[in-house]
Amino acid sequence: MNGWINLTAIWEIVVVGLLAGAGLPALFAIGLRALGTPRKGHRTTAGDALIGGNPGGVAIAVGCFAAVVAAIGYGIYIIVLSGHK
Amino acid sequence: MSHASNDVVLALVIISGVSFDFTNGFHDTANAMATSIATKALGPRVAVALSACLNLVGAFLSLSVAATIANGLVETGLVTLAVVFGGLAGAIVWNLITWLFGIPSSSSHALIGGVIGAMVAAAGSHAVKWQGLVSKVIIPAVLSPFIAALVATTGTFLIYLIVQSMREARRNRGFRIGQIGSASLVSLAHGTNDAQKTMGIITLALIANGTLGAGATTPLWVIVMCAITIAAGTYAGGWRVIRTLGKGLVEIESPQGMAAESASAAVILLSTHFGYSLSTTQVATGSILGCGLGKRGAQVRWNVAGRMATAWVITLPTAGVMGAISYFVANGVGGTIGIVVVLLILIAISSGIYWRSRASKVSPANVNAQWTGTVAPPEAA
Repeated sequence: MNGWINLTAIWEIVVVGLLAGAGLPALFAIGLRALGTPRKGHRTTAGDALIGGNPGGVAIAVGCFAAVVAAIGYGIYIIVLSGHK
Repeated sequence: MSHASNDVVLALVIISGVSFDFTNGFHDTANAMATSIATKALGPRVAVALSACLNLVGAFLSLSVAATIANGLVETGLVTLAVVFGGLAGAIVWNLITWLFGIPSSSSHALIGGVIGAMVAAAGSHAVKWQGLVSKVIIPAVLSPFIAALVATTGTFLIYLIVQSMREARRNRGFRIGQIGSASLVSLAHGTNDAQKTMGIITLALIANGTLGAGATTPLWVIVMCAITIAAGTYAGGWRVIRTLGKGLVEIESPQGMAAESASAAVILLSTHFGYSLSTTQVATGSILGCGLGKRGAQVRWNVAGRMATAWVITLPTAGVMGAISYFVANGVGGTIGIVVVLLILIAISSGIYWRSRASKVSPANVNAQWTGTVAPPEAA
């Protein structure tokens, strides 16, 4: 490994950075959109309400948000583990 | 070179370190909270309070960066208290000058530059571990804003694609909630990376004084002291910088804000994992630029970005020169008196800068005012 530049580390920062830094917000966006799906029969959600009432949509949303929280929790866990060698 | 233990000087150095930590706190609040304050996801005072608490927690989570700073950059055998002090003095002055002009510059580079400059002035360039400096500081520093911009551009693009059909008000409400989460993560991440720097420097000072052996790990009281100080500085706010990042660079909507902060948090946390001390400021700015690029039709003020880029490039060398000058004065006068002389000059300069800032005050009341080209908005008619 070249002592002047650690390419493996940098590459890992780019890839995991994209997955976590762009992927997780995208997952959040999917969850948000799913959450707002209106009930069957209604064309749009009333007013500014975040929750549209469609049970399938809410289920997907919960799954997305849970995944985001879990990923963040795991990431912090790794940091703490490696930061106290 | 004398290695006589001098606890009075050590105390003064620790005080300077803590002062630097405080300036680091308020200089960097913007990185986590500027976008949330600008989109009104969080009120200004709530934002800085939240950021302060999370910085405090984050400071305890990882010691990787402190280790890099304490042992990886300069030959600990050649470091003296005067060197550490010179470095801190140079860094504090640079941090205050950039704060006055509302320029988000890197506190990390100010500190590292200052210490390197003072070290070279004291013992010549062989005292610096150039490989460590390049691989763990300079290269991450140069690459990280681009990586952050790439991640933020991608995230922003994906988000706007996914939420195309959503009504704007609902979309913004949802993302404001998301912003609170992502801004909190950045504050946590900032604690893991930035509080560590001062801890590393103080550890270096303790090693130089002979209080600790070479290669020692950071003591708990240092960790606690630095964590509390950076949290206090964060709470003080740095409104001038918050204004520049939140309003001066890109006009931000909440989805962009969340994408930017998520990108920053990811890049900072990953770098902490590798022990890289990077500039959280440069990462945050790169993310904000990226979220401007990722959204069609977003306005990016490139002249502001250009001014920041200039400040970034000159930070390390300028802080280095200031560190070297501080060292020469302290060493020239000699002994404890020398350190006290530089400390008094430092206090005088700091007071002057603070006094100057009162003429064009930025506060929670006007931090979100329309951007008209200068940091401080024009006085209300």
